[in-house]
Amino acid sequence: MSGLLRRREFLRRVPLEPRYDVVVIGGGVVGLSIAYNLAARHGIRRVAVLERAYLGAGASGRNTQVVRANYNTPETVPLYKASLELWRTLSQELDFNIQFSTQGELDLVHTRDALEVERDKALLDAAYGVPMEILTPDEVLERCPHVDLTGGGELPVLGASYHPPGSFARHDSVVWAYATAATRLGVHIHEGVEVVGLDVAGGRCRGVLTSAGPVAAGEVVSAVAGWSSVVARMAGLKLPISTHPLQAFVTEPVKHVIDGLVSSMDLYVYVSQTARGELLVGAEILPYTTYSQRSTFDFLAEAAKRVIMILPIAATARAMRQWAGLCDMTPDSSPILGRTEVEGFTLAAGMGTWGFKGAPIFGLGLAEEIATGRTHPLLAPFSPDRFARDRMVPDAASAGTH
Amino acid sequence: MGLMIPCPHCGPREYTEFTFGGELRELEAPDPQADFERVYLRENLPGPQRERWFHALGCRRWLTLTRDIARNEVLDA
Repeated sequence: MSGLLRRREFLRRVPLEPRYDVVVIGGGVVGLSIAYNLAARHGIRRVAVLERAYLGAGASGRNTQVVRANYNTPETVPLYKASLELWRTLSQELDFNIQFSTQGELDLVHTRDALEVERDKALLDAAYGVPMEILTPDEVLERCPHVDLTGGGELPVLGASYHPPGSFARHDSVVWAYATAATRLGVHIHEGVEVVGLDVAGGRCRGVLTSAGPVAAGEVVSAVAGWSSVVARMAGLKLPISTHPLQAFVTEPVKHVIDGLVSSMDLYVYVSQTARGELLVGAEILPYTTYSQRSTFDFLAEAAKRVIMILPIAATARAMRQWAGLCDMTPDSSPILGRTEVEGFTLAAGMGTWGFKGAPIFGLGLAEEIATGRTHPLLAPFSPDRFARDRMVPDAASAGTH
Repeated sequence: MGLMIPCPHCGPREYTEFTFGGELRELEAPDPQADFERVYLRENLPGPQRERWFHALGCRRWLTLTRDIARNEVLDA
C-alpha cells in the first residue's frame, strides 16, 4: 500500500529502554536515515531515535524539498551524486511513496562572474557524470517561457545553467518513510523525549540524560541540525557552526506555470511550483545568528520583489503561508560528518541548506562508520577535524540557498 | 520591520544597514591552538551573546552589543 493511504498513526509506541546500542538525537530526516541504515544494512536494531518534539519538527519539515547534485568541489559533487542516486529508488527501498519527482533545475545568471562560476561548475560536474548544460537566454525561454529576460528591467539574464536531474521529494513523506521503515526493522522512535545532557567521562560518551531518565548507549549520534552547538556542548565540544534562519513562503495555488526549480544565482531567490500549484519561494539565510523561527515581513517583501523580477507572473498570486527553519552554517558550507575526539560521540552536523538532499547518503555513510569503525570514502573529506587540519571543502557558491 | 540595532552614533536603525560581525572574539591568541579556536570555533548557544556589528550604511563604525539569540532581542548596547 502506498504511503498516502496508510493509517496516519504508524509509530508503535514503545517504552524507553535503559540501554541501546546506538542512540540518535534528533527525529529529522538525517537522524532517521542513520537509524534506518543501521538496522537495514548492518543489522544493528537496538537503536533509539530521540525527538524532543514530533518527527520532522525542525528543518526536515521546513526546507523547500530540493534534491540536486550540481555542486562545485571534487568532494561535494560525488557525495550529492551518490545521494541523488539513492533518492531515485527511495520510495521502493522504504516501501512508502515519497512523491519523488525529477523536473530539472534552471539557475539564471545576470552577471559575467556568475556565468563563469556556472561554466566552471558545469565542467566539474560533467567530469563526475553529473549532467549540467549552459543555456543561452533564448534557450532559457524554451525551458521556461514565463522568465523575464530583462530581470525586472534591472538585471538582464545573460544565460543559465540547467541541471536535468534536479528533483523534489515531499519532505514530510520522506520523514515518515524513514520512520516507518526503521520501525519495521525494530528501531525505537521516541517523540517528546528531550536530551538534556550527555554522560561523558574520561573522554568517552556512555549515554544520554533525557527528560524521561538516563539512557546508556554504545554510540551517541547528534543529528539536530540548527541545535548542533547545544548538543555538542553537552559533550564538551565547541563547533565551527553558526545558526541562521532560512525563510520561505508559498502563494495560493495557481495554474501550472513552471516545471522544476527556477533560481537566480545573483538575486539569491528561487521558486518552484508544488503539486498543489502553490508557488514555493525561498531565498538566502538571514545574515545574523539566531534560534528564533519567527517569520519576518522584510523577508516576505524582499523575496517577493526578487521572485517577481525573474518570474513576473508571480505578482498575480497572493502569498498564503510563510515559515522559517534553522540552518547550522559551517565556514566552508559543507557538512560535518563523523566521529569526534569524544569516543562514542558522532556528529551529523553542519546541515546548513544541504541536509535534506544529502540525508540518504549521510545516513548510509554514518551508519557504515558506526557499524564498522571505518569511514565511508565519500564522507572522509567531511570529518569534524578537517578545520584543525586546514582541509576545508569550500562550496559556498553552490550551497548558498537551495 | 526587521531587527533594530541601536547605533550609539546614529540611533536605532534596521539591521539591513549593518554588516553582522559575529560573536565578539579576541583579536589575538597566545598560541596556534588558541588561534585556531579563535578563528573557527563559536559558542553559538541560545541566550545572551556579545556580538559585533558594522554600520555599513551609516556612520561606518563598529559597535558591540548583547543580543539574546534565542529570542532575537537586543538586551543592551
